[in-house]
Amino acid sequence: MSVVETGIGTTVHAEEHEHHEEQNFWRKYIFSEDHKVIAKQYLITGIMWSVIGIAMSVVFRIQLGFPNANLSWLKPVLGQWINDTGQLDPNFYLALVTMHGTIMVFFVLTAGLSGTFSNFLIPLQIGARDMASGFLNMLSYWFFFTASVIMFSSLFLQTGPAAGGWVIYPPLSALPQAHIGSQMGMTLWLVSMTLFIVSQLLGGINYITTVINLRTRGMAFNRLPLTIWAFFITAILGLISFPVLLSAALLLIFDRHFGTSFYLSEIYINGEALPNVGGSPILFQHLFWFLGHPEVYIVLLPALGITSEIIATNSRKPIFGYRAMIASLIGIAFLSFIVWAHHMFVTGMNPFLGSVFMFLTLIIAVPSAVKAFNYTTTLWRGNLVFTPAMLFSIGLVSLFVTGGLTGIILGNSALDIQLHDTYFVVAHFHIVMGAASAFGLFAGVYHWFPKMFGRMMNNTLGQIHFWLTFTGIYLVFFPMHYIGIAGFPRRYYQFTTYNFSSSFTDLNAFISVAAILSFLAQFIFLWNFFYSIFKGKKSPQNPWRSNTLEWTAPINPGHGNWVGEIPPVYRWPYDYSKPGAPEDFIPQNVPYSQTPESNLPHENEEIAMEKVIEAQNFNDQFKEAH
Amino acid sequence: MNTAQPLTQRQPEETLSMDPKKFILWLFIVSIVMLFASQTSAYLVRRAEGNWLEYQIPVIFSYSTVVLFLSSLFMQWAYYSAKKDNFANLKIAISITFVLGMAFLWMQFQGWKELVAMKVYFVGNPSGSFFYVFTGLHGFHLISGLLVLLYALVAAFRMKVHAKSLRQMEICTTYWHFLDVLWLYLFFFLLTFN
Repeated sequence: MSVVETGIGTTVHAEEHEHHEEQNFWRKYIFSEDHKVIAKQYLITGIMWSVIGIAMSVVFRIQLGFPNANLSWLKPVLGQWINDTGQLDPNFYLALVTMHGTIMVFFVLTAGLSGTFSNFLIPLQIGARDMASGFLNMLSYWFFFTASVIMFSSLFLQTGPAAGGWVIYPPLSALPQAHIGSQMGMTLWLVSMTLFIVSQLLGGINYITTVINLRTRGMAFNRLPLTIWAFFITAILGLISFPVLLSAALLLIFDRHFGTSFYLSEIYINGEALPNVGGSPILFQHLFWFLGHPEVYIVLLPALGITSEIIATNSRKPIFGYRAMIASLIGIAFLSFIVWAHHMFVTGMNPFLGSVFMFLTLIIAVPSAVKAFNYTTTLWRGNLVFTPAMLFSIGLVSLFVTGGLTGIILGNSALDIQLHDTYFVVAHFHIVMGAASAFGLFAGVYHWFPKMFGRMMNNTLGQIHFWLTFTGIYLVFFPMHYIGIAGFPRRYYQFTTYNFSSSFTDLNAFISVAAILSFLAQFIFLWNFFYSIFKGKKSPQNPWRSNTLEWTAPINPGHGNWVGEIPPVYRWPYDYSKPGAPEDFIPQNVPYSQTPESNLPHENEEIAMEKVIEAQNFNDQFKEAH
Repeated sequence: MNTAQPLTQRQPEETLSMDPKKFILWLFIVSIVMLFASQTSAYLVRRAEGNWLEYQIPVIFSYSTVVLFLSSLFMQWAYYSAKKDNFANLKIAISITFVLGMAFLWMQFQGWKELVAMKVYFVGNPSGSFFYVFTGLHGFHLISGLLVLLYALVAAFRMKVHAKSLRQMEICTTYWHFLDVLWLYLFFFLLTFN
């Protein structure tokens, strides 16, 4: 063992020795500190939330597509929210859209995507035994779980869950008398989200520390897989932006429960003047969107990282522009902090300020286009292998481009006057952030399922699932752009009062049918997922013939991931189809001295470095896997 | 910590080997910085809109600032003592730090009472509310700091802190200094933009 013990190192180890005892069921599967178990916990919780969240969207899509339909058949589930004539309660409609947004953005695409894959892949791909702090990692999941339980229980309140939109703008969210959803539902929303933020901070701190401190020998930053780069930058985004949401929520809690006036000023409600003077509701929007915009990228960047990896592997080609991919990730992350006011163009802000934010917003098109071109050029003339993961990755590129184009339109402060709060916005962010990230999630699950459970998912069902979902997404969201441009506003229970607005009914019905069919298609995935965990075909060691380190670990890695020494890394992760090499892939842990037939001249010089790499010291948390 | 042989040619980049636990503390500090940065910028945005109550900050907050600054100095003394295995000094210094920390909290509370006497309430004009939120949030973090300090103190009295086992002491010192700097920032911010 070439690891060198240090004084600090031994104290780190001291605490880890307790792991050596045989763990009981609770410590092994429930309150586990193993990153792989925590990742699976995040994944399963995320899947449960996505079923609830998407089912909610189906209910309000039925309301939008068939405004006067008799929904009595939903009474067993929704109870009092369906009235005697079979109509959906308008207040509950608002609660449904709010909860759909909250659940999908935070609980599914933040916790479910980032929580699953950052936890699972960071230690396995950088060559670490576990996260920097297994305890904090466990805490992170259980904070998320508690947040989930609270949010879930708010669905069953007499007054319903929060209903002020997922952005919870005050004064609507700050005044319990403003709406029934602003009563107990809003309180639970705030409590749940506070716990959620704590969970994300604990998780993010752990991801960053692990990537910086626990890389194996030779795993320099320029040899990190792009997945890790994406998770790393995502975690930094979260670390910087989530405390700001906490701030905003804290002041909102003071306004709601202690009577302060941070966001409230000169309000009459039911003919009665409130005592609050001197607050500013716009202040909340600034604070909220300072989180809210980076949040979009917290959701999207992990998906982009996952697809970079999958597209390179399944094109059997090196990723095109590795450094450009990293630079564009960093560029997008940086820009995401200085564009928040483009959500607020119509709040009466100074038009000059509006054009500054418009300019900054449109610059995001540059790094995004770099990514889109690099994906395409990686695919170009590759030996494409159309696994379900690959299909979903290519689907992501398609959605990323489609949704990105409408972003350029929405980023214009003048056009936004017409498009603000219409279904055009809804279509835009559902494609570019919702569906694209969900595709990243699917791609990741299909690709790393063998590593997670040691079994393969069914390929044919995966293909069917992809094509139904892909066509479904476009059938739902393409027509939505049209009704948005025509002026259909979002968050309306019904919009059939006027002749012109009833003309949208056909299209809305079409969208709803497409949405229901896409929802049903997801059950193929659910069946495939849960069936394959128990009955899937046994996975080979490296099913996708991939280069990254996780495939060098045992098929069912134990706690500590590698048996014996952690493999050192000698090359970048994208040596696919290298001229001269006998195989079309060379894993990262194969030294250049073993591949003289395919080495480039400068790589031959690297051979001298191999001894040095092997002598490097690194943080090995505990010596043996167990 | 570095044992790689000296080489004439370019060395491959070492993986950074900072203690992960200390690194976690720094990231935790980043998130606290963001929390207060957003609070103070909210303060500025709101203040620019006018309708702002102006009042004199009670003088006790200046005294408490001095007390916290002193406690930070004693913390550093405790750290140096631990480094030199001077256990007598370590115990004295860390105890004084803890007492000064408690005194600071008590003085902040007295400051709140004086504010109330001046009719600056938590509920009312946001200028007053912000003052309570800043001091309260800082106080909350200071309590967490006192807990960390208490752990270190107990460890010091059980002779578990010495030159070969400094990590806990380092973490505690860093966090305590940070809380001191954070308060200095908040205090001068409030003085400047009152």
